[in-house]
Amino acid sequence: MTDKKPVDNKDSRAPVSQRAKKMEAPADMGAIGAQVSVVIDGQKIKVPIGTTILEAAKSLGIRIPTLCHHDDLCVAGVCRVCVVEVEGQRTLQASCAYPITAPITVHTHTRKVRQARRHILDLLLSKHYGECYACFRNNNCELQSLAKEYGVDFFRFGHPDEPLCELDRSSYSVVRDMNKCILCRRCVRTCIDLQEVGVLEAANRGAETKIVTFKDKPLADVVCINCGQCINRCPTGALRANDPTDEVWAAIDDPTKHVVIQTAPSPRAGIGECFGLEPGHALTFEMNTALRLCGFNKIFDTNFTADLTIIEEGTELLLRLYKALVEKDESAALPQFTSCSPGWVKFIEHFYPEYLDHVSSAKSPQQMFGAVIKTYYAQINNIDPKDIVTVALMPCSAKKYECNRPEMCDSGYKDIDYGLTTRELAQMISEAGIHLPDIPKSDFDDPFGTATGSGVIFGATGGVMESALRTVIELVCGVKVENLFEHADIIPVRGFEGVRYVELPIKDVGPVPDLLKNLVPNWEWLKGATLKVGVAHGTANAKKVMDDIKAGGKFSECHFIEFMACPGGCLGGGGQPIPTSPEIRAQRAKAIYAEDTASEVRKSYENPAIAEIYAKFLTEGPCSHLSHKLLHTHYTPRGKYIA
Amino acid sequence: MTAQKKRSLTFASISPDSGLAAALEKSPADIIGQISASGIKGRGGAGFPTGVKWNLAAAVKDDMKFIVCNADEGEPGTFKDRLILSDYADLVFEGMTIGGLAIGAQKGIMYLRGEYTYLRPHLEEVLAKRRENKLLGKAIKGKEKADFDIEIVLGSGAYVCGEETALIESLEGQRGEPRNRPPFPVDTGFMGHATAVNNVETLAWISCILAKGADWFKAIGTEKSTGLKLFSVSGDCADPGVYEFPMGITVAQLLKEVGGESAKAVQVGGASGHCVPASEFSRAIAYEDIPTGGSIIVFGPERDMLDVALNFLEFFVEESCGQCTPCREGNVKLLEGVEMLKEGRCSMQYLRELGALGETMQLASKCGLGQSSPNAFLSIVKHFKDEIMGRCQQPV
Repeated sequence: MTDKKPVDNKDSRAPVSQRAKKMEAPADMGAIGAQVSVVIDGQKIKVPIGTTILEAAKSLGIRIPTLCHHDDLCVAGVCRVCVVEVEGQRTLQASCAYPITAPITVHTHTRKVRQARRHILDLLLSKHYGECYACFRNNNCELQSLAKEYGVDFFRFGHPDEPLCELDRSSYSVVRDMNKCILCRRCVRTCIDLQEVGVLEAANRGAETKIVTFKDKPLADVVCINCGQCINRCPTGALRANDPTDEVWAAIDDPTKHVVIQTAPSPRAGIGECFGLEPGHALTFEMNTALRLCGFNKIFDTNFTADLTIIEEGTELLLRLYKALVEKDESAALPQFTSCSPGWVKFIEHFYPEYLDHVSSAKSPQQMFGAVIKTYYAQINNIDPKDIVTVALMPCSAKKYECNRPEMCDSGYKDIDYGLTTRELAQMISEAGIHLPDIPKSDFDDPFGTATGSGVIFGATGGVMESALRTVIELVCGVKVENLFEHADIIPVRGFEGVRYVELPIKDVGPVPDLLKNLVPNWEWLKGATLKVGVAHGTANAKKVMDDIKAGGKFSECHFIEFMACPGGCLGGGGQPIPTSPEIRAQRAKAIYAEDTASEVRKSYENPAIAEIYAKFLTEGPCSHLSHKLLHTHYTPRGKYIA
Repeated sequence: MTAQKKRSLTFASISPDSGLAAALEKSPADIIGQISASGIKGRGGAGFPTGVKWNLAAAVKDDMKFIVCNADEGEPGTFKDRLILSDYADLVFEGMTIGGLAIGAQKGIMYLRGEYTYLRPHLEEVLAKRRENKLLGKAIKGKEKADFDIEIVLGSGAYVCGEETALIESLEGQRGEPRNRPPFPVDTGFMGHATAVNNVETLAWISCILAKGADWFKAIGTEKSTGLKLFSVSGDCADPGVYEFPMGITVAQLLKEVGGESAKAVQVGGASGHCVPASEFSRAIAYEDIPTGGSIIVFGPERDMLDVALNFLEFFVEESCGQCTPCREGNVKLLEGVEMLKEGRCSMQYLRELGALGETMQLASKCGLGQSSPNAFLSIVKHFKDEIMGRCQQPV
């Protein structure tokens, strides 16, 4: 034995046994060597000490089936599908949970192994109620594909012919059908270890074991933030988003309704995966054609309101800074937090309600669009807003909850009627007989047809910050961002690191642009200041930043922090195609940044449609009375205690 | 049922704290050397050599280590630890203290079965007296740096918490579920620190070994299973109770001692043990033949072996922690199989299928509970096929 210790994340709220564990190489490299040799199915390989059998096999191109294992999650070792034979061991070993610390010889498909896997599948199927052809995960289900792989052609240990429990449809975002649950606990680990929310846990013992919320309450009544990360990681159809496609079809079929859809940046980067493409192929303009073929009356780009969000939220930030730095008003809550991620908003409402005044009052782009459509758009097109149905295509399950918030009716109607996920739209497109990758491209509709690259990068973590910085730098400094950052790519805020912190010195200031003339006299007070910003994605990282702020750490000195509830930002949202992994999210991010690079206009304030809406409709400018009425909102301190 | 001492136990003859006194004279390596030389293996049933376990824990460099006494005696038909805790608690605490000296732990935790809550005041009293007599706390018996103290933590009635990693999870305040191994508790145990988990009886014997010497212990029993062992005997016999026998005793000899000669089968090792038929009564109770944690349940000629299997499987269906598939779902299927057998509607083919499933459970379950849960079923099917097959279909 040596003094090696597994590295584990002491801050995690997950049970120790469920935390990510990696063995460190021993300090004494000379004696043992950092590498250990392993023979798997006759192939020899050297791997770093602590590598699991599963990882080693993968690097040899040997496939070992898994169910409870997920690349994003800590080890569980509970489904036992990945068992292998290790020479010298009495029992089979779960390859996902077996760190190699000494040379071993492994066999991945002996008779014992095949029989065990087949039995485990048979046992899972004996409790898995539901028919594959009546399930949204048909053809995209890990249990189903394993059943096929292992030649399951009858139910050896039976199959339930009636449901064991009722569905939980209480949440606007997530539907739980525990009849299909195979107790792999990916959702539990997603919630507590990946997101550190901790809404789900296993209860009872033995055959009575089930995954429950606190006191088995409906999901709507617990501290669920609706991020839907559990849906993306569920191997079966036990978790899914609340699907409004029937209502959307009904609106399309109703000739009296004018159905408008806005499409967010991330779905276009992911939807190809639902049609068999490799991750990383954006189908923005093919999607426009498909939406028209489906029967939507108008197709707009959410990027337009992303740009609008930047103007409103950026202005709000400058006003807070002015209040704090010039007026020395201590009530100016800094740092300002972004508000476009509804999962993050619900997270802070539950877990840090005392910080709600830091959250930008600007609505998310989705909700701004709804308010604009049912007012400005209705007005200029002379359509009665009651006949308009607004649909939002989002990568997100929390957006479904957001559009149902009671305060989101500032247009006088429900600002957004339905939130669709990427998966649900792919379903609608398939139903319309369209193979998305094969159809011609077409543009977005006017009057919001032009959007900027700034809008599109909202989909990636750091994107909102980068967009805001592009606009704020130019409005304040009066110089082109390109002079400071090559191609206006603000690289320091990009990337997948969980928490990022960047300082930007403001050396020179320019004149106050017309748009903001009513709000500030000049920028002299920002000359020589250093703008400090932060970025966090995934609520586990948000928690780290919030706890740092609470403790008076460096993030409490920040001026502006971007928070995204989902790992990777929106492109890893709970409404995106399944499966997800760090590699898949990186590919989607590439597609998004490529679209930004290809955009003619890359700064929100330069968007001509933005100039037009402030000239014609929001004539008093950003953060004015009308913009506050339509484009800003308020939040509810909820707390984390459940009655 | 009251546990009765059927003979005077060796524990009664050991003069208090002579083992600890001997240990304080030795280096940690010498203590472990003596334990290893005695050949003692874990008395909880798994039979892991205690000397090896302590050696591993001693070798880990860690600023904090723990000795945990597994007093979660939950195996059906086991009650010998209860007797030790009520009558010889000093020996157990002494063993823990010796373990602390040996591996470099300053803290001991006794994980006491929830059902034994009534023993807690007595145990706390013993601990208080030991502190008073400088047998616990700072500088034990005046020896510098020999610091050790013991805390009692209560379990909540889950059988699986007798599994050492589930026990540690429970100690940490989590749901009691076995962890993945490796890493093992000796390396990464309670709160991530090196932890040696030992059974109540093992710790009591440790005190005896230090007091009387390794050679004394090694001379008893067989080569691979040394020393004495307590047995909890229950079921269809004249004199149920707690017995002390040397390891290696045959089933037949044991039955004679307890007045159970007419038995048709004996369950050795509790629900997770093996059902030994009369034809195999000449086999020895030892780690190399029929291992046991001490539970002996005698089945007389009138017993229905399907009822026996049913009883054990009902137990496992309820007590599986529910984490891994083979144990959680497999035991349900075996139980259903036994019910089908009782009603005479289980085909030979399906019975073979269940046999194979049992094999999978033994091989693929995450912890010892699941791995041993089909044992009783499999041995009953193997040895009592004539009795269990061909039952009449019950009239509906």
